[in-house]
Amino acid sequence: MTIGGAVIAALSGALLGLGGFTFYYGQGLSYFSRDPAACVNCHIMQPQFDSWQKASHHTAATCADCHLPHDFLPKWLSKAENGFWHSQGFTLQDFHEPIFIRQRNQRVLHDNCLNCHGPLVHELLAGATTDADAISCVHCHRSAGHGEAVGLGKYEPLSSRKEP
Amino acid sequence: MNRKTLLGYGAVVVVVSGLSALVTGLLMNIYERKSEAKNPYVHLVEVSEDDTDPAKWGVNWPKQYESYQLTALATRTRFGGHGGSEALPEQKIERDPWLKRIFLGYAFSIDYRDRRGHAYMLSDQEETKRLSKPQTGSCLHCHASVMPLYRELGGGDAMAGFKASYQLSYQEMNARLHASGHAHPVSCVDCHSAETMKLRVTRPGFVKAIQALAASEAPLPHLPSIERWRATNRQAPYDPNALASRTEMRSFVCGQCHVEYYCSSAMPLEFPWSKGLRAEDLEAHWNGVVLPKGGRFFDFKHSESGAEILKVQHPEFELWSQGIHARSGVACADCHMPYQRDGATKVSDHWVRSPLLNVNRACQTCHHSEEQEILARVEVIQTRNFNLLQRAGQALVDQLDAIQAARAAGAGDEQLQPTRELQRQAQWRLDFVAAENSMGFHAPQEAARLLGEAVDLARQGQVAALKAKEAGR
Repeated sequence: MTIGGAVIAALSGALLGLGGFTFYYGQGLSYFSRDPAACVNCHIMQPQFDSWQKASHHTAATCADCHLPHDFLPKWLSKAENGFWHSQGFTLQDFHEPIFIRQRNQRVLHDNCLNCHGPLVHELLAGATTDADAISCVHCHRSAGHGEAVGLGKYEPLSSRKEP
Repeated sequence: MNRKTLLGYGAVVVVVSGLSALVTGLLMNIYERKSEAKNPYVHLVEVSEDDTDPAKWGVNWPKQYESYQLTALATRTRFGGHGGSEALPEQKIERDPWLKRIFLGYAFSIDYRDRRGHAYMLSDQEETKRLSKPQTGSCLHCHASVMPLYRELGGGDAMAGFKASYQLSYQEMNARLHASGHAHPVSCVDCHSAETMKLRVTRPGFVKAIQALAASEAPLPHLPSIERWRATNRQAPYDPNALASRTEMRSFVCGQCHVEYYCSSAMPLEFPWSKGLRAEDLEAHWNGVVLPKGGRFFDFKHSESGAEILKVQHPEFELWSQGIHARSGVACADCHMPYQRDGATKVSDHWVRSPLLNVNRACQTCHHSEEQEILARVEVIQTRNFNLLQRAGQALVDQLDAIQAARAAGAGDEQLQPTRELQRQAQWRLDFVAAENSMGFHAPQEAARLLGEAVDLARQGQVAALKAKEAGR
């Protein structure tokens, strides 16, 4: 082995080690799982995670069930794309707050509603699904995934206010 | 080794070192975020109930303190805020001349300016020309971090100190405040427990009033802990610090001061909540109060008409209570101190200000529309209320003209009584919106209802004044 070869081997070994440790420290492997806990690794989505746990769907669907395509290739492409934007955003801290779902992911979400509820609602869904005015499940059922938007869960007032 | 190979090795070293630097940077970034999440703050100094200096708390909670300091910045929206010179806000009574007229005979006709941030609450109060009239020490209930002074006055009992403070003049109480070293505007300790940092209320005026409110029959669907207390246990008085939810506390701490109250040297400071929180409930409370020197309660006698007028202070908590946001469980702090993210930590913004200056955090968390759209919706609501307010102001001025004419024609007290009564009622409703700091937004329909009634009552009063004029002839 030449000296040069040895230097290159040592350098790339060091880089590999550093990169490997960073991957491990950043819980890189968890992103290959379906565990909802992985989605709050970076803390940005803690409120979304917390509210999902209190909403009606938490027994029926996890983050990935609603927010990722179910077929193999689209799923991993979508994971890669969102993963890239999320890492970039969190590293540079330059994203819009509050976080909004992007249009592309909204389509994924809608398709996943239909994945389970399609047979029940197929008659409502005549016509285009890509049109801007197309019917969208979460337009009305906003609390299905993440519960009420305000307060610590919904409370039922003991009285109803009436104007005297 | 030849030159070319050497250059090649050199390039590899450069590329690998560049990559290593990037990966290390990323590693450090992840480390920083992780440690932020683990330790949202570092406890460096002990703070106690007697530490009113926010700078000391700021050592432990620098993020909150930094944003709290920003309340010294001048901000303005279309209907609110500091629009005057750097030294003092603009005079409201010069912008709306009817405002000066309806307060004739009262210190608010001398000096009545736009609001400024929390940082100025004490210094603005010390400078207002309203101090040229005698004012009571009660005023410091809400303009300084006054609790240690109350304890000092009451020999350890804050409630006793509070009850004693109304007999002191403002100047005397203010001098004591400065001497005791607690001359700070609203401070950390006013809303946070020094031991646990939990939200809590401290102001005696609020505690007494919320207990009276709880004991009343008024429906309070937006304050579920009170309804639970009513349904289960009326043995001990309602205790907000023990029973209220975090969401309720995020409004109660603001309700300690952003309310209607009476503050004078005649009786202790009082919030009029014993019959409910609507304008009519508050009015009924005041109508039932007898002044220590005798006679029905009033704030001042109008110098033109002789009517016994009620001055509304700034009933933000009460008007919010009538609105859809309260009903939906949205607290004051949700819009005025929204959560903001700082790295991996969540901090509630202590730069208390108009949500219109912070639409993305204040509104978009729930309202998924463009900022411009949200601002436009608010503008519509506020402009409607503003236009109604101007009409109500005009109606009241017309009524005052009619009363002047009736007096000139020789109408006496007995003949003027009906129109004076109507002036009192009309002005109460008008002022409920005019003195409130949201141009109706905190409860748009309720504000418009009050202004509509104000117009009607003032016009009825005008008719009554015409009748008095006829009778006086």
